[in-house]
Amino acid sequence: MLRHQFEDASQQRESAVLGMWVFLATEIMFFGGLFAAYTAYRYQYGAGFAAASHHLNMLLGAANTAVLLTSSLTMALAVHAAQVGKKPAHIAGLLVLTMLLGCAFLGIKAVEYHDKFVHHLVPGASFVWEGTLTRQAEMFYYLYFAMTGLHAIHMLAGVGVVLVVAILAARGRYTPQYHNPLEITGLYWHFVDIIWVFLFPLLYLIA
Amino acid sequence: MTTSEPTMPPVHYLNCDYSIRSWLLTQDHKRIALLFLVSITVFFLLGSTYAGMIRTELLTPNGNVVSHQNYNKLFTMHGLIMIFFFLIPSIPTVLGNFLIPMMIGARDLAFPRLNLASWYVYTLGGIFTITAAVAGGVDTGWTFYTPYSSIYSHTNVTTMAVGVFITGFSSIFTGLNFIVTIHKMRAPGLTWFRLPLFVWAIYATSIIMVLGTPVIAITLAMVGLERVFHIGIFDPALGGDPLLFQHLFWFYSHPAVYIMILPSMGVVSELIACFSRNRIFGYKIVAFSSVAIAVVGFLVWGHHMFVSGQSAYAGLIFSFLSFLVAIPSAIKVFNWTATLYKGSISYDAPMLYALGFIGLFTIGGVTGLFLATLGMDVHVHDTYFVVAHFHYIMVGGAIMGYMGGLHFWWPKITGRLYPEQWARLAALVIFLGFNLTFFPQFILGYLGMPRRYHTYPAEFQVLNVMSSAGASILGVGYMLPLFYLLWSLRRGPIAGPNPWGAKGLEWLTPSPPPTENFEQTPVVTEEAYAYRPEENASG
Repeated sequence: MLRHQFEDASQQRESAVLGMWVFLATEIMFFGGLFAAYTAYRYQYGAGFAAASHHLNMLLGAANTAVLLTSSLTMALAVHAAQVGKKPAHIAGLLVLTMLLGCAFLGIKAVEYHDKFVHHLVPGASFVWEGTLTRQAEMFYYLYFAMTGLHAIHMLAGVGVVLVVAILAARGRYTPQYHNPLEITGLYWHFVDIIWVFLFPLLYLIA
Repeated sequence: MTTSEPTMPPVHYLNCDYSIRSWLLTQDHKRIALLFLVSITVFFLLGSTYAGMIRTELLTPNGNVVSHQNYNKLFTMHGLIMIFFFLIPSIPTVLGNFLIPMMIGARDLAFPRLNLASWYVYTLGGIFTITAAVAGGVDTGWTFYTPYSSIYSHTNVTTMAVGVFITGFSSIFTGLNFIVTIHKMRAPGLTWFRLPLFVWAIYATSIIMVLGTPVIAITLAMVGLERVFHIGIFDPALGGDPLLFQHLFWFYSHPAVYIMILPSMGVVSELIACFSRNRIFGYKIVAFSSVAIAVVGFLVWGHHMFVSGQSAYAGLIFSFLSFLVAIPSAIKVFNWTATLYKGSISYDAPMLYALGFIGLFTIGGVTGLFLATLGMDVHVHDTYFVVAHFHYIMVGGAIMGYMGGLHFWWPKITGRLYPEQWARLAALVIFLGFNLTFFPQFILGYLGMPRRYHTYPAEFQVLNVMSSAGASILGVGYMLPLFYLLWSLRRGPIAGPNPWGAKGLEWLTPSPPPTENFEQTPVVTEEAYAYRPEENASG
């Protein structure tokens, strides 16, 4: 388990955790570009953004928030289970649950995307907007798809990684002494969750 | 120091395995450094070729070598390749990769596989770039300003943007690796204030890499979406705001200047200390000035937009903040100079580069203050004054540091000495050629010659011919090391572990080092640059 460049297990663990935190800092800056664009246009196009936001399905968005927060709980429980040395099946079960909740989120998101497609709310040549402020509404939907799309890509990657970690957990790879991959996967998962916690009010709850 | 002839160690990282596979799948930071060395040299030659064509075109006022369209492509490709594929990766991925683990007494970086991935990602981005170049190039300027880049340009903007986007992740991986390594892998006794200043400089650079690069990545992604799907986030005709692009672009691209110059400053600190046999004057201040440049460097991007139509108040604040960056930069210059005081100075080739760096960087930095001054900037904005200024920083500064470092650590990397007289000659040729190329451009710019034009009024010809002549001398200067360094690989005298009598953990192990760097993890008991222990003991 100990790689050749490290002196001991704690150095390896601390390096892995710090590496993930630094990576998450880059992710914040990556999303940050879109959040900056959102802030600039929300300030310029407040009325159009509010009107466009009303066409989002708040119920589905709220449901997705609940799904994702629950998945963070099961993820945290999985990490805790590894720390206290629960059975492999226990850890893997919690991870599979996390993964299924992640898939549920993506499924609901797909329903919403389909809905927008049917109603011609996808920006571009086919965009149709009943009412004034068409450009502003289109900008809103551009940012909506860019931000939730980038988030969904991160969810997809997360589901894939959790799957791998779940398989390794089922094989009994993680012990209270060594569970670095599980721990840093957890950090990533919570990060993606938090991004959504910001996206939901910014996109769905504009008065 | 032994008095007998230095010898090569029988087994080292270069000869432990000769197969192609052992190079392409290596996780040894030293071999990855050499992979990067080869790659960035290829891009340096490519970027230089574009520069050569630019200077050929500007020999005459009428523009009779290439069309204005092709001229646009020449300076665009020159900028893109030199910045993203040579200057940004140069010192971090070659010298940083090779030296950081050795300087801190570690066997490797914290994440060797990520390090190898960084090279492959860089190579993939490079393939996109070469594809864009072969397909006809890009004409937007390296700045990709919208809406020209996103809507109107008929050149290979998308391919090029994908290349830069991908290469950015190489920067992120490398920076992340360095941060974790410097935090967690230092040898016993190696506290933060015993670290060589090169490590501090690379640490500060890495912070910019991991925090800045993602912003240019998402920005280029938005340009790509606008270009491919005509979704207007930056195009005013579609409701977008082109100034937003400029803010996002310079939020990365100004700090990127510090990605290029900070590592060179780190190299120069090592060289000045070694070749004047003195501890760096004000070690802690120099260390913190690197971090200060990294932090303040994130707050000055608006000085690229003084004439863009951003608010006058924003311009005022960005102007003030830009002046602030001069303070840590000046501290470094003063402290290097103070280090020379009463030193026993020797003028080996690396030291010539270091001294050249101090002079040229000072000129580049002071002219930067001209440009940070609002009224002055309106006069010289988009003229050759700006071109001369940033070449003094990037070529006179960054590349001088890179060349100095490459010569200084060449014996450690290869186990052999380069020919000293040739190297001194090359350093002088580069210094003279550089000044002849770029000093006339300050005057051209001040007199009002705009950048990015392939024709100019006949009265500017003398200065332009001087500049082109200087460029050819500079080209000769850069070709010399290419030949004698390759020659030294087989014919150079055996270097031994520490040919310079330098301090630092990397000089304690054989040259070339074994794959695991140190036979035993070193224990550090003294500060960096303890060249005169008797004086330090009394002081």
